[in-house]
Amino acid sequence: MSTARERILNAVRANQPASTPLPEIIIPASEIDLSTKFTETLNNIGGKVIAVNNYADILNYLEEATATRLLNISSIPELQQLRTLDHIPRMPHSLQDTELAIIKAKFGVAENGAVWITEDLLDQRVLPFICQHLMVVLDASSIVANMHQAYEKIGMESYGYGAFIAGPSKTADIEQSLVLGAHGSRSMTIFLINA
Amino acid sequence: MHTIDHAELADVFNKDEARVDWHDETLWWIRQKRDKAVNQLPEWELLRETASKIKENVLSNLAGYLEEFEGNAQKNGIIVHWAADAKEHNQIVLNLLKGKGINKMVKSKSMLTEECHLNEHLEHNGIEVIDSDLGERIVQLAKEPPSHIVLPCIHKKKEEIGDLFHEYLGTPAGNADPQFLTETARQHLREVFLTRRAALTGVNFAVAETGEFVVCTNEGNADMGAHLSEIHIASMGMEKLIPKRENLGVFLRLLTRSATGQPITTYSSHFSKPRSGTEIHVIIVDNGRSQQLGRPDFRNSLKCIRCGSCMNTCPVYRRSGGHSYHNAIAGPIGAILAPNLDMEKYADLPFASTLCGSCSNVCPVKIDIHQQLYKWRQVIVQKGYAATGKKAAMKMMSLTLASPTAYHLGGKAGRFVMKYAPIAVNNKLNPWYKQRDMPEPPKESFGEWYTKNRKA
Repeated sequence: MSTARERILNAVRANQPASTPLPEIIIPASEIDLSTKFTETLNNIGGKVIAVNNYADILNYLEEATATRLLNISSIPELQQLRTLDHIPRMPHSLQDTELAIIKAKFGVAENGAVWITEDLLDQRVLPFICQHLMVVLDASSIVANMHQAYEKIGMESYGYGAFIAGPSKTADIEQSLVLGAHGSRSMTIFLINA
Repeated sequence: MHTIDHAELADVFNKDEARVDWHDETLWWIRQKRDKAVNQLPEWELLRETASKIKENVLSNLAGYLEEFEGNAQKNGIIVHWAADAKEHNQIVLNLLKGKGINKMVKSKSMLTEECHLNEHLEHNGIEVIDSDLGERIVQLAKEPPSHIVLPCIHKKKEEIGDLFHEYLGTPAGNADPQFLTETARQHLREVFLTRRAALTGVNFAVAETGEFVVCTNEGNADMGAHLSEIHIASMGMEKLIPKRENLGVFLRLLTRSATGQPITTYSSHFSKPRSGTEIHVIIVDNGRSQQLGRPDFRNSLKCIRCGSCMNTCPVYRRSGGHSYHNAIAGPIGAILAPNLDMEKYADLPFASTLCGSCSNVCPVKIDIHQQLYKWRQVIVQKGYAATGKKAAMKMMSLTLASPTAYHLGGKAGRFVMKYAPIAVNNKLNPWYKQRDMPEPPKESFGEWYTKNRKA
């Protein structure tokens, strides 16, 4: 007896039409100011952008905003002094009480306010989802215009897990009323470093 | 055998006129949000065209891409399974759970598992399944199927949701505040995420070149489930493949703008390798798709990326509700997918349309939906699956149109009856009379008018 795999592939081979070419993606990007567009888009989807010049500015800001919070900071040596968790957790579940997570993003996308994150930037994959609030450090010079440029930048990079994150978790499933903080973070703040 | 059809189920929905208006307006509002987002992109039509051509390439090389995906996914440490139909799919999931001694699973949105009736199968075998998308959790508590592929409980009023939460989650009676109810669901489901060893998600896109797959959510429920479980099962219809990673740029730009008018979902998660000590299983499901691939007139329906924009714009869907389609996928796209699976059971669906073409105009991958609806009608009538009344009416119509004498006589009789005995057509036996009055009959036909005025 043939396996499901063989039966399916045989049926597909018998039924698929004559091959058509894969088109090249030639889609021009609009000329826009990338930081302005990124900030505007993120504001529209419930996120917040704080423009800073360096990590000292971020530390100053956090001193006022985060005095009592349980903090997790992944992969940002400049901010490690704020970290309240002194080890890298082995089980993702142990991050359940994380009040605030601060992570670094590889780059941002102006057209949709998303930032690209790969798992090497995270203690655990679940961190940006399980934390109550999420803060992301992003270099303004890393912002690209659109998703085509984003994937050009990612190229064939190898990662176990990667995600575009655009704003706080949200739902409008109850009568289309927008509510922030569905299952993931309730807020998303970006520190945009203008070099 | 008589199965309940779209028109009868729509009648039930139409009993509450205020609710129909509300449903209609809500969906139209989402369509308008889509327009606003789309109009900001001068390259929109180029994007649609590119996406449609990519999917054409996928369908024409599907076997090769499936093998390429399988090979690359396996290299990444993902375990790949193949299911020819719903039964095989459900059995694979059950075996995976049983093999690990798991009897509780959390699930994020997957229309494929609705199509396969996975929840029923697992529950029948002693596995508890909790749907974690808020809308899906709500319809699950109400013991109903989703009525829309993107907005599962779009047919429900917040007061009804408040009642469900009061009954099942212990919220105060009468509280229908969306913010409060969402917060309640957040707390309730967080506990679920933290305690489930298995999570099942759908797949929005699978990349042949890299063996990774992408799951899109706004709530973050797919990620909460997957990253906290020891086994992540991803169920995937085999048409979800795309050739290259760079193709994601095209589809992620189209998907959410078409669905809700957002520029992108909050989370677009790329799963490539399992976390250490955990497993990722992908189940590639056929369930009629290879058969649809062999129907030249209908194979383009497999380009669908499940954005739901054809539903939001459809005048029939908006006024009849998703449940009237009696199929996991409602609306225009459901009406061209379902007859492939069971032509007799879904013979009514291609007729649940005005053929206005709005669905085709908004489709981000340019499926010729309204033309396929028209073509399905012909197939269904030829195969003898059309409703008896419809067959009789069409026979009468074709006799009348084939004979000038009968045609003129019929016209005269119709005008006479509508003028002198309107009750003969303004009654419940005439479906055209439902929710509307019949028009004033003209005094004469155009033919009669022309004969009289030709020489003047």
